[in-house]
Amino acid sequence: MTSVLYDVPGPKARRVSLIGSVVGSIIIAGGVVGAIVILSSQGIFNASRWEVFVNESAKDVWTQLGYGVLATLQAAGVAAVIAFPLGVALCLLRISLISWIRVPTQVVLEFLRGMPVVLMILFVLLVFATTPFTAVVSGLVLYNAAIFAEILRAGIQSLPKGQREAGLAIGLRSFQSRMSIEFPQAIRRMLPSLIAQLVVLLKDTSLGYIVAYEELLRKVKLISDLEPSLLFSAFFVGAAIYILINLSVSRLAIWIERRGSKKAAGGMASAIKTVDLEVNVPGPETK
Amino acid sequence: MDAIFESLPQYWDGFLRTLFLAVVSGVIALTAGTLLAAMRVSPVAALRGFSTFYVEVARNTPLTIIFFFSAIVLPRLGVKFEQFEVAAIIALSSYTAAFVAEAVRSGVNSVPVGQAEAARSIGMTFTQVLGLVVLPQAVRTVIPPLINIMIALVKNSSVAGAFFVLELFGYGLQLSNSHGDAVMWILIGVAFFYLLITVPLGLLAHFVEKKVAIAR
Repeated sequence: MTSVLYDVPGPKARRVSLIGSVVGSIIIAGGVVGAIVILSSQGIFNASRWEVFVNESAKDVWTQLGYGVLATLQAAGVAAVIAFPLGVALCLLRISLISWIRVPTQVVLEFLRGMPVVLMILFVLLVFATTPFTAVVSGLVLYNAAIFAEILRAGIQSLPKGQREAGLAIGLRSFQSRMSIEFPQAIRRMLPSLIAQLVVLLKDTSLGYIVAYEELLRKVKLISDLEPSLLFSAFFVGAAIYILINLSVSRLAIWIERRGSKKAAGGMASAIKTVDLEVNVPGPETK
Repeated sequence: MDAIFESLPQYWDGFLRTLFLAVVSGVIALTAGTLLAAMRVSPVAALRGFSTFYVEVARNTPLTIIFFFSAIVLPRLGVKFEQFEVAAIIALSSYTAAFVAEAVRSGVNSVPVGQAEAARSIGMTFTQVLGLVVLPQAVRTVIPPLINIMIALVKNSSVAGAFFVLELFGYGLQLSNSHGDAVMWILIGVAFFYLLITVPLGLLAHFVEKKVAIAR
């Protein structure tokens, strides 16, 4: 699409574009240099602020950060493993043919999706007096199960009607058709959105900071509390670790999407014109 | 239960502050996000690169880290503000802008190619193609996801409560300290006020989605 918005640039347009690029780069570079000047005027690039990551005490710092990463991944992993089956179950209830099952589930899902995750985490922590880990995991499970359910529902609704009809026609029960015909296709179709939601889940573990769960951000804060001059460097390293983990998961999602669409092009799924998933999914990737 | 009614003034104050944060950051994020999306599809390589970089980084950084940055690191860099609200607005709008940019971009991609081709074949420039033909059509598809982003923004503003801003969640923290015996009711009250914003917005998104689906 982007390529049809403008002609292949001719010599004049190329010159304008080059000038634009140079001016734009200069402005951006100017901003970066300005920031660096301000930072270094405060001595942030002094070796003393960074050597803690390489000198003899570096081992302790990295161990602490490592424990933080581990705690982050642990919370995210446990939450994802519980949330996914729960999401499938909620989705089944949500698309049930019986209205007294469907409608209450819809209300519950709306409720869960409309609440800030951090409020749910705090609720579990204070009302059930759990450990921070349990609180973080339960909050994440509740919220993400609801989102998974909505993503899967969107996936099932995007399937051609014939899939379910054929299943019922060969004598499967409604539940059998859902489990062995519709869900496998819906999951494959929605895989990019599901993985994008995993990134969201991973990012949301940082809310554990607020309830004193010892995850990566908390460790960064602890390091900078012990040695205030390390605030910027510790923060910088922590943010870099987060971005690195999340970017690799996002890349994985894109790779799977490409691989999926290649496969679909050859297989029977190519008969189904894929809808623009990004636009039609009810906002799971926004959080 | 009484705790909820006793604390109604605080709830109301927090509710208004949450709305204020969401509306101000929402407006900034929508403007900045649309600009970022336009940069992303523009012929100028530097703008494309910058926009891509910004969106990728902002989308993959936890909001808590961005808050941490704008509330604690920015002041050290010489950006001074009197109130923590300003830090919260900076954090929320810079985070949300990336999502807006992505939504608008996928909206631009959803406009049939023929539209842009037709516009170009009658001699329109890039700005005209985008401004007169593509964006007005993209907006229709983009509104439901944008509303969802705004819902997420309202919910995300709760993180500000942990960074000394007394909005709904901030009051929730404060009240649950002072009403140790009625924590459950206090938090249910907070949840109710959040739902008061998010549920109507969700219904609106659903309604618009149906409308657009018929129009197409």
